[in-house]
Amino acid sequence: MDLLKEFLYKVADDELILGHRNSEWTGLGPMLEEDIAFSSMAQDKIGHANALYNILYIELGEQQPDQIAFGRKEKDFKCCHLVEMPNGEYDFSLIRHFLFDHSELLRYTLLEQSSFAPLAQLAKKIKGELKYHVLHGDTWIKKLGKANEESHARMQSALNEAWPLALGIFEEGPYEVELISQGIFVGEATLKEQWLVSVSTILELANLKIPVNIEASLGGRRGYHTEHLAPLLKEMTEVFSLDPNAEW
Amino acid sequence: MLAVENKTSLIWETLQKVADPEIPVISVVDMGMITQVELLCPSCVRIQMTPTFVGCPAISYLQDQIERAIKALGFLRVEVNVDFSTAWTSNRITEKGLQLLKGFRLSPPKRHNGEVTMESLQEAECPNCGSHNTSLNTPFGPTLCRALHFCYDCNQAFEQFKPV
Repeated sequence: MDLLKEFLYKVADDELILGHRNSEWTGLGPMLEEDIAFSSMAQDKIGHANALYNILYIELGEQQPDQIAFGRKEKDFKCCHLVEMPNGEYDFSLIRHFLFDHSELLRYTLLEQSSFAPLAQLAKKIKGELKYHVLHGDTWIKKLGKANEESHARMQSALNEAWPLALGIFEEGPYEVELISQGIFVGEATLKEQWLVSVSTILELANLKIPVNIEASLGGRRGYHTEHLAPLLKEMTEVFSLDPNAEW
Repeated sequence: MLAVENKTSLIWETLQKVADPEIPVISVVDMGMITQVELLCPSCVRIQMTPTFVGCPAISYLQDQIERAIKALGFLRVEVNVDFSTAWTSNRITEKGLQLLKGFRLSPPKRHNGEVTMESLQEAECPNCGSHNTSLNTPFGPTLCRALHFCYDCNQAFEQFKPV
């Protein structure tokens, strides 16, 4: 039971926090289509988080989704550092979206085979939606990686900054061995291997180089976060905290 | 009192009048969202609904609309559950539904074999002139279920209901 909870919290928290970051582009995107793209991806990701929290609530006896999303302390969140980082310039937001969403599409594709049926069913559905996210990310990475000198330099520098954070996606939790042996998930190592192949293909087409000998930014999966998560949570939970029992 | 079969078909008929608020020409039935209707007792019904997109903001609105419509038939207890055991794909939209989308000037999603490829996401038939000489402008549109394309024959932008 604990291992399922641990795993679901980790996957769902990534979705919620990145969904929130994506939503920060609403009204500020560099052009209308991109404003809508990040806002739509925000809506999808927060919807995915909600569906996963709902599994925790219905199947595993945790609190209601809103309580889970808005009522927990910073250390209870199991998201990776990549999703916590501020949006920065558009180059960083695009690279983060590209790196994370490739891992996400592969994760749900692998989860279609999960022995935990509610998760396998949901994964099948979410996978179809994520293809649009990956298509969006790939399109921009390929365009901007090659457009001109400035765009190339900016994308490369954003990639250098995001790479160690992205490696943190695959930080193993305390129940990794059990998750694998019980057929719930094939494991972070396998996911990382597939992800490397998948992002390398696009980065190569974009003329972007993966930085070498980089150490992963770890700790998020154990509740140790960057300085950026607490202010995000404060803002995200501001209205909820005014009256946690309000009916909406 | 109606027989069970008659009651069930009455419920399905009524569901034909509950529309997706974002595309009001098509019912939840033609959208392929209703996966099961069960009579649990003479006056209680359980309806299973599979959402088009997991983050669709219309889900709770639709649950509410369905409950009201069925209660108006005289049923006392109506349960509308969101259920992912049957995953919604655009293949679930009925033939009639596809025609309705087209009439609404939304390019209907092409039927697929269960897996939508990255290439096929980018293809759409222009709902205005029927041309296939089109390109995907952006995979995100005014709602989660729509993408924006451009037609090079009639030189107009158009929306597509996304194949998923």
